[in-house]
Amino acid sequence: MNCQECDAGLGIPDDADVGEIVSCPDCGADYEVAGRDGSGIKLKQAETVGEDWGE
Amino acid sequence: MTRLCIAFDRLRAEEKMLKSEAESLGCQTQMLDAKTAVSATDSAPGDVIPGGRCDVVLERCVSYFRGLHMTSVLESLDMSVINAYAVAAACGNKMVMTLRLKRAGVPTPKTHFAFSAEAAENVMKDAGYPLVIKPVVGSWGRGVIPIRGPDTLAAILEARSVTDGPFDRIFYLQEVIRRSEDAEGRTRDIRVITVGGEPVSAMYRMSAGGGFRANLALGGDPVACKMTTEMAELASAASDAVGGGILGIDLMEREDGRLVVHEVNNTVEFKGISKVSERNIPQAMVQFAVDTARK
Repeated sequence: MNCQECDAGLGIPDDADVGEIVSCPDCGADYEVAGRDGSGIKLKQAETVGEDWGE
Repeated sequence: MTRLCIAFDRLRAEEKMLKSEAESLGCQTQMLDAKTAVSATDSAPGDVIPGGRCDVVLERCVSYFRGLHMTSVLESLDMSVINAYAVAAACGNKMVMTLRLKRAGVPTPKTHFAFSAEAAENVMKDAGYPLVIKPVVGSWGRGVIPIRGPDTLAAILEARSVTDGPFDRIFYLQEVIRRSEDAEGRTRDIRVITVGGEPVSAMYRMSAGGGFRANLALGGDPVACKMTTEMAELASAASDAVGGGILGIDLMEREDGRLVVHEVNNTVEFKGISKVSERNIPQAMVQFAVDTARK
């Protein structure tokens, strides 16, 4: 699966869980694993850091 | 078997560690992505959590307000949430948290509160420079700025007048704690994780790049810390002050060695401290959740 921004290979780990963030190794764009369908993985654009994020 | 739910909005190393420990401890574990959850006034637990009612929920959202509101939904469905809404609300607002510490007699830096730019200027005139301004809602050290003179104050007040969010009119101004520096000019603070009021682990956080903030999110380094009796007692007292649960207590050492508690964190991160801790922190957290569910 390739990055929508720069088309680099994302190299998603086989054990990536739903909700996990995958970063493009080339441009740094973040994607969230939105679901798994058999061996396929659905990605969506990850949320950007919010003002209320943290501990 | 305890039915344990982990509510999250970003699956980080912490949430994966908690899930793994929950499964190791024999819990029936349900992951709940708060971003996709919906509820209504007539919802049943199964409408919100795919697997149905859980005995206990670990609320782990990275977004404070999302987690707070999710907690309210889950508590309204008679589910036990760690941390409880009242605890999260107290810790999520630095002014409320500081007042709770003071009321409980926990040593904390002297802090001034003002509710307009004009009043904030008056505080600075009376108290004198420097003071540290902190956003009342915020984390990871963002917006924490030492005000060392009128120019900095003017810049902050102007920036806040432009953004003009509801919290921009709340001014939290805290004394600067003078701390010792190491040979590289770094200062440190102490993070203690408490679980059910028990201090389970401590670390030093070394400030990065000569700055005064030691947040790991800003590049601070975790260093092993042998917890002293004073650290443990203060951490427990700070936990009690906000209502208990699973918390991250931040302390600073004054130059004379006395400790002050400057922050209590609600959805505590523990990836960094786990690298230097002898305790299995996620296991302690899950065990506390299981014990809470049995009560």
